[in-house]
Amino acid sequence: MSPAEPVGAHPDADRTADEPVDGPRGGLGLALLGSELAVLFRRVRTIALLGALALIPVLLAVAVRVTTADGGSGRGPAFLGDITQNGLFVSLTALTVAIPLFLPLTVGVVAGDTIAGEASLGTLRYLLVTPVGRVRLLLVKYVAAAAFCLAATLVVVVFGAIAGAALFPIGPVTLLSGQTIGLGDYALRLLLMALYVTLSLLGLSAIGLFASTLTSVPVGAMAATIVLSTVAQIVDALPQLDAFDPWLFTHHWLGFADLMRDPISWDSFAANALLQAGYVAVFGALALGRFTTKDVLS
Amino acid sequence: MSHDTTAVRSSRDDAGPRGAFAVETSGLTKRFGHQQAVDGVDLAVPHGSVYGFLGPNGSGKTSTIRMLLGLTSATSGEIRVLGGSMPDDLRRVLPRVGALVEGPAFYPFLSGRANLHRLDSGDRRAPAATRRARVDAALDRVGLGHAASKKAHAYSLGMKQRLGIATALLMPRDLLVLDEPSNGLDPQGTREVRGLIRSLADEGTTVLVSSHLLSEVEQMCTHIGVMSAGRLLTQGTLDDLRALGAHRVRLLTPDPDVARDVLIRLGLTPEAPARSDAAPATAGGSVRVEADLAVEGLSPESIVAALVAADVRVRGFEVAGASLEDRFVDLTGEGFDVAG
Repeated sequence: MSPAEPVGAHPDADRTADEPVDGPRGGLGLALLGSELAVLFRRVRTIALLGALALIPVLLAVAVRVTTADGGSGRGPAFLGDITQNGLFVSLTALTVAIPLFLPLTVGVVAGDTIAGEASLGTLRYLLVTPVGRVRLLLVKYVAAAAFCLAATLVVVVFGAIAGAALFPIGPVTLLSGQTIGLGDYALRLLLMALYVTLSLLGLSAIGLFASTLTSVPVGAMAATIVLSTVAQIVDALPQLDAFDPWLFTHHWLGFADLMRDPISWDSFAANALLQAGYVAVFGALALGRFTTKDVLS
Repeated sequence: MSHDTTAVRSSRDDAGPRGAFAVETSGLTKRFGHQQAVDGVDLAVPHGSVYGFLGPNGSGKTSTIRMLLGLTSATSGEIRVLGGSMPDDLRRVLPRVGALVEGPAFYPFLSGRANLHRLDSGDRRAPAATRRARVDAALDRVGLGHAASKKAHAYSLGMKQRLGIATALLMPRDLLVLDEPSNGLDPQGTREVRGLIRSLADEGTTVLVSSHLLSEVEQMCTHIGVMSAGRLLTQGTLDDLRALGAHRVRLLTPDPDVARDVLIRLGLTPEAPARSDAAPATAGGSVRVEADLAVEGLSPESIVAALVAADVRVRGFEVAGASLEDRFVDLTGEGFDVAG
């Protein structure tokens, strides 16, 4: 330390103490979002989660390749049988496999960690005295969680396409409605499906964000989020509880197959978007209400 | 060093009743359930002072600091920091405040430098163009220049403490709130922190520094406030407190009431019977009456003369010097029990 260092050592120490400081400088403060994304995606844990997701289509493709060499069986998730004819179906099958468990698992980890993770590290209090406004912090955290949803979905799709192209023949894709489309059109539809799945996960992310404002133990928020996604799917599957189905954030999770029709059936896309927006609004408001009045004691 | 700047400070203190204090609270109270963590604290930290916020562990120092910084809401009471009301003016006030609260905290997987970058990018007033230079300057200032690229989890406690202080120095601040800044530092590091705080104060920054170590506060502070069990027991300049504690009148007499009246007439504030006495009445029916010799020019012999003139039977009389430490223990009580 150098206590004798002159005042000029601070680049803008010549600023007078009375300079007005109201009104944010630096526009929207996007630097924080950039920093948040950098911290999230450079973190070993995030990379490991994305790596695990990348393994799903790869293992799937390898398994199908190996078993079909011995004759294979007819059982398995949707599109599984189509993979041998066209490797491009690997992405689709992998999404179908990943959405009920693996994607919610990773999203639960990231969304549940948003606020509780900062609280458990103690960095939350330093962000707040910086000051990062509580509303701004919550928004930045949610946007980062949403970015993770997109990245997670794209990883499954992209690695599926690579594995499929490497292990199986590829060619024009036959849609569920019977028509055949070229590679360019199919790529576009794959992107649309990735967006659909990302959208499907936004409600869950909002639930995770809210759970994360309730505790300073990130594992608790993560577990709560993941358990909720499982419970919602179980309720969705029970015929006795059909009345709840349209209100479950998991209800449209597998609806992305509708994008494999021509003309594209947008019904489930629209219904899903509305439902997810509702969840984001409700749990976003709950998270705001909780976090902006919370005593930060960690 | 601190004496050179006293004149500058006192001229600032005259800025008017509103702007006189960098931190001012009235009746500040925080309850957790039925526990009173902070109880009616009226803090007054003058501009340009180095204010030592002293108190044993669990006395409510950190709870008070959390409220000052808007991390927790006060159960009741008012807070003014740098002329703004907290937490309403938080966005206007906090950019001018650097803080170290309840120990440093970092992302263990980021380097020291990356940690500072992260926090600085959260400050909308911090220009991105100078970020690199400001981060490096802050690191150099706390002596971490050589360890800037190390991951924070590899830092020792002392290094983390330094990095925590560096976060408070990223921007020029008008007020620094440092909660136990020399925790975990070796004697050399403690000395460096003291020097750093003094140099910051010389630049005109008001520093509120909490500590449970009297010796530390004594060495670097101009003002002092003593907390115990959620209450602010006393505050003022260090010299005031030292003068208060410097001499104590101890009187042994069977006529405590008359003696007390005499002492009050002389301008003293007697406290009797002394709490430290197991039995108030000692052998022969004498009672101990004590008072701080707080009146200037009052000699011990004139006190005795006044007592005798009032027919007080003086059986014992002494004027003893008390150290600041005695004063501190007097105020906060002895023992290792953490205030619940």
